[in-house]
Amino acid sequence: MATIIIDNREIEIPAGRRLNGIEAARLVGVEIPHYCWHPGLSVAGSCRMCLVEVGTRDPKTGEIAMQPKLVPACNTIVADNMVIVTNSEKVARARAMVEEDLLLRHPIDCPICDKAGECLLQDYHFEYGQPERRADIRPFTSRRRDLGDVTLFVDRCVMCSRCVRFAREISGTCELMITGRGAREEIDVVAGFPLNNKLSGNVVDLCPVGALGDKDFLYRQRVWYLRRHRGVCTGCSTGCSIWIEENQDRVWRIKPRENPFVNKWWICNDGRYDYPHVHDPRRLTQPWGRETGITDTRDWIDLPKELNRSLGEAGRLAAVISPFLTVEEAYLLCKLIRGIDAEAPLVIGPVPEVGEEERFPGGFTIRAEKCPNRRGVEAVIAHFARRVATFDELLTELDQDALQGVWVSGGYKHEWIGQATAARFERLKLLVVQDLFPSPLSERATYLLPGAAYPERDGSYVNHADRLQSVRRAIRPPAGVRTEGSVCWELLGRKGLYNARAALDEIAREILYFSVAADTAPETGIDLKANLLAG
Amino acid sequence: MKTDDRNINWVREPRLGLAGRSYLLLFVQGLTTTLRHFFSRKKTVQSPEERHEIPDPPIYRGVHRLNRDQRGRVKCVACFLCATACPADCIDIVAAESPWTDREKYPQSFTIDELRCIFCGMCEEACPVDAIELTSLYDLSGKSREEMIFDKEKLLSVYDQTKNTEPMITKRD
Repeated sequence: MATIIIDNREIEIPAGRRLNGIEAARLVGVEIPHYCWHPGLSVAGSCRMCLVEVGTRDPKTGEIAMQPKLVPACNTIVADNMVIVTNSEKVARARAMVEEDLLLRHPIDCPICDKAGECLLQDYHFEYGQPERRADIRPFTSRRRDLGDVTLFVDRCVMCSRCVRFAREISGTCELMITGRGAREEIDVVAGFPLNNKLSGNVVDLCPVGALGDKDFLYRQRVWYLRRHRGVCTGCSTGCSIWIEENQDRVWRIKPRENPFVNKWWICNDGRYDYPHVHDPRRLTQPWGRETGITDTRDWIDLPKELNRSLGEAGRLAAVISPFLTVEEAYLLCKLIRGIDAEAPLVIGPVPEVGEEERFPGGFTIRAEKCPNRRGVEAVIAHFARRVATFDELLTELDQDALQGVWVSGGYKHEWIGQATAARFERLKLLVVQDLFPSPLSERATYLLPGAAYPERDGSYVNHADRLQSVRRAIRPPAGVRTEGSVCWELLGRKGLYNARAALDEIAREILYFSVAADTAPETGIDLKANLLAG
Repeated sequence: MKTDDRNINWVREPRLGLAGRSYLLLFVQGLTTTLRHFFSRKKTVQSPEERHEIPDPPIYRGVHRLNRDQRGRVKCVACFLCATACPADCIDIVAAESPWTDREKYPQSFTIDELRCIFCGMCEEACPVDAIELTSLYDLSGKSREEMIFDKEKLLSVYDQTKNTEPMITKRD
């Protein structure tokens, strides 16, 4: 246990916690400005923005002796009886000086800089900088350099070296380096070895100013138009926490959301650029029905009744539950099919696996299983059917003509079923397909329902390590599309709008695996394993 | 409220005398005003044959124009500040990387819905490069709503049309 004093406020830091000045100050609600320090990276101590006064208090006499020089808070590990002053005149002067130095050679092209609005240089300048610029430099256009995955605006850089340290410590690829010395320092890559790794997008988030630009987002939107929503990446079974940033139901970018249990501060490029399919013009946006060979559009008002009748008349049913569905949607769909046919086989949809697991030196892992919720869906199916049937087993049953009606939920971002496989569904009396894109299977559907993409869903996902994360939708589905959850909700005859939270409460009551999820929804998710141990 | 409250000052209408009751005096007064205007100098402008005279064109808030720089390119840098400042949400910009080496960003498309615009001049105020300005052209008309959505070319042509009569108010090039 260490007692320290920050700005006249005394706090106790529990034994065993190694905190630096910035982290300790946060505990008392004091924000020390900083550019180069990042909790996920090593300490560089190069920006000098976090300079504070540090001293020690004599535990016997209570006398305080301050050090004559200012020290960087990021590189000062707090110890017992340490005194930190962040609000003195001396500190304020040092901050203003650092700001002035940084702006000496900064282009001030904020109007065309993508970072403007979320730029630390802007924020700190307003808060700590001088009102007037003494240097006589007219705003100019920054030089630009292509670094590979990202674009570098050379003159905007404040040389915090976060990106360089990231490439060395987290992605372990070491593409970035600093060339030149002193005032001529610049970020660069070795010719012929561009920044090219699966975590490269993170350097753009790390950059405290607008020096590193995301090629996907460059010039497309101003950040103040974006609204961000908590989301979970559905790119692989890691289930990274993300911010989905949208403007008027159009997703513009994905950013990592800090979650110490899953992805820390990072996401991979696969997940970051995984949103274009949401706005793909080929998406299904209209329910279709086929009767006596004639395919025609349906509307959502009459369709539920018609579906319920057809499902009831079909005979032996089966359901394919996609690993892209949320836990709640999988549960409602199982409940619906099992409510009509109590012996219906419940099948988990094909689980896409691509390549091998990729692990980076910083601990970040991209999994081979390219779907977010295999574990959650399997747990739900196991509750209803005791056995999770595979897609191949379903195909065998189809060949034996043991089934009359099948409900297939899709939600796959890419092509997932071939012509030959789809042909085996040919002889079914009833085939309900709920999917994002037209596929060989959707051509054979008796009822084709447009499905939702991941930013449009409410619900929970269970990742590879049994962590359940609940999110709300970020955008509304396109006109004509209803989420799988809301369709099943209505087919089950439940009152009101689809309520994922209520569904999860119900699941937590019924299924032991999910029981810790009742009534709690922390932003970082809940570990379901703890519950299994207790059970 | 009590009617005998001392704080209430009751005012009664004055009783009209004979002159007042006959309305003759008021009639004469009114007719005098009419006749004065009848014989005074006419201020009506026979638009569109005659043009209205604008006393100070630079501060008049009429149709927008997009200024050109010295090389004749659109001056706008697509920073979206006008669109952000616009209270009527009538400006729509699509930004892109500029095709020129000395410029970073430019508007691929720039449209103003002149029907939605309230001509408040906030866009002009917000522009960091003096690219958008309100001219003194006030007679805005069109045959359809679509025609009143001015695109970049149209806005640049407004500049070409007015640049001689109304020079750019600019502090930088």
